[in-house]
Amino acid sequence: MNSDKITKVILLLSSFIILFVAGGMVFSLVKGAIPAFKTFGAGFVFSNTWNPTQGSENYGALPFIAGTVITSVTALLISLPLSFSASLFLGEYYRGTRMAKVLGTMVDLLAGIPSIVYGLWGFYVLRPFLVELGLPNQGFGVFTASIILAIMIIPYATSLSNEIIMMVPNELKEAAYSLGATKSEVVFNVIVPSARSGIIAGYILSFGRALGETMAVTMLIGNANVIPDGFFSTGNTMASVIANQFGEADGLKLSSLIAIGLLLFLITGVINAVGKFIIKKLN
Amino acid sequence: MKQLVIIMMAVLVLYSCGNKSSKNESRKPASKITLTAAGATFPMPYYNMVFSQYTQSTGTQLTYGGIGSGGGIRSLTDKVIDFGATDAFLDDSAMMKMPAEIVHIPTVLGAVVIAYNLPGVDSLKLSNQLLEDIFMGNVKKWNDPKIKSNNPGMNLPDLAITVVVRSDGSGTTHIFSDYMTKISKAWAEKVGVGKSLQWPVGMGAKGNPGVAGTISQTQGSIGYIGSEYAFAQKIQTAKVQNSAGNYIAPTIASVSAAAQTEIPADTRIMLTNPAAADAYPISGFTWIILYKEQNYNNRSKDQALATVKFLDWLVSAQAQAEAEKVHYSPLPAGTAEKAKAILRTVTYDGQPLLNQ
Repeated sequence: MNSDKITKVILLLSSFIILFVAGGMVFSLVKGAIPAFKTFGAGFVFSNTWNPTQGSENYGALPFIAGTVITSVTALLISLPLSFSASLFLGEYYRGTRMAKVLGTMVDLLAGIPSIVYGLWGFYVLRPFLVELGLPNQGFGVFTASIILAIMIIPYATSLSNEIIMMVPNELKEAAYSLGATKSEVVFNVIVPSARSGIIAGYILSFGRALGETMAVTMLIGNANVIPDGFFSTGNTMASVIANQFGEADGLKLSSLIAIGLLLFLITGVINAVGKFIIKKLN
Repeated sequence: MKQLVIIMMAVLVLYSCGNKSSKNESRKPASKITLTAAGATFPMPYYNMVFSQYTQSTGTQLTYGGIGSGGGIRSLTDKVIDFGATDAFLDDSAMMKMPAEIVHIPTVLGAVVIAYNLPGVDSLKLSNQLLEDIFMGNVKKWNDPKIKSNNPGMNLPDLAITVVVRSDGSGTTHIFSDYMTKISKAWAEKVGVGKSLQWPVGMGAKGNPGVAGTISQTQGSIGYIGSEYAFAQKIQTAKVQNSAGNYIAPTIASVSAAAQTEIPADTRIMLTNPAAADAYPISGFTWIILYKEQNYNNRSKDQALATVKFLDWLVSAQAQAEAEKVHYSPLPAGTAEKAKAILRTVTYDGQPLLNQ
């Protein structure tokens, strides 16, 4: 066998391992979730009770789906202006300057901070600060969790958009300048439109990260298993209810937690698919 | 390409080396016995202390994972630990679900305290009605007239009450909700007893340490935790009204008083809301659970013997004397005798492991 063939076989094998692992995950999630869906039917997704008391067990995923979607969307909206400006700053306005290098390193550093550290900071620094500003529930709740999430996803959106913005061909920009366009006209009429699919991809990636984020959210959202009735009320997310309760769960409760895991998997999958579709459309 | 092949070979060689060394390790006979246990966080401060003392004096290694009572029961069901720990005894139907017969060994008495964070407000008194009102969300402010009239002369602030509960399944929750069910009709109807509950109000935190940390960091909060977690972090605790109508602070004496009652031979009893006039009403035993027949999963007889010997020491006067250091109450003498009797029914291949 020549080395080309060996390489091919190795590559094929490792890709199959990835496929196999992903398939196995879906299989075990579906298998584990069957008892919950059998007992509660499709109503599991739309029911807002979460009652683990023995004898009157009744589980529904809606409070957690609501908590997850609200925190992630809010986080995305908060991070959007910040990371968009940062990526323009790094990729165009101050491109190549020492300041951009320092800022770029800081952004990468943010991405490397473990989520538990964000959680600690949120718990001991951000939350007391928000309480000073008059936030109810001692600062625990959807709003605080969203702010932390926003900070966590900024580096993802920023560095991806930044890379794409830097890749916009110089010829395009020069052509615009030669026609007498100002800097901001070049940015918003040439650079952003030609980089938009990449920029959107960056935001979808960071949205996916916000959906699945666990530790930092758990420490700040208040872990109340109800649909949040406002921005400042406590709630819970899908990832955080699983982290909190799987340890002692068994039977129907364990199955319900796995079902929530499956739903989270599906939601993330759908969002990725939508993102890919948008990118395709724009290209 | 050649480079790739060389790298692959290097990886293979390294991998096989790693394999060999791990095999060699497992072949070596264990010089010291290691006992693994997991479960309740409620008695963990006590267990951490006495487990390490036992290791120092006998050389038997002990590890304890505070994963909650529910986790302890499940780990024992899965037979991945030598013994489990729980603050909620298994009822008959739960015992039937275990793969083999298990026994309960009570190890220490503890109190679930009502901890709160209100600077300048010491020894808050909570009547049964107030406990119901606060934990069911009917009273939302600390300066509510209901709290004021029960605590005359106290400077209660105009602050929202933040109820903190356990977000994970917990024996502490079980003891607390068992008490609440006994004192409150509304609670019994709407919430009930369990290791995890559908809470009418409040935010969740994980484990006793999590609730204690949240309370100590949150002004205006109130919650229930194992007593040592409140004492160690100097969190204020409330006096709770017992069945005789007295307001009792959680002390070693008042918790011991709760156990002055007839204890059944298998020691499975809830001690909440006792009749004694000086008893702290939210008290309870915490148990170690293990299989009655110790020969399972290829466990060696040495391992089984080390398990029961350790537990026999744990209920001995020597270990029990340590309990007060971490604010637990020692077992009443009669209960310790019952625990020893139960340990003598534990067998290996049908033969009792401990002689008299």
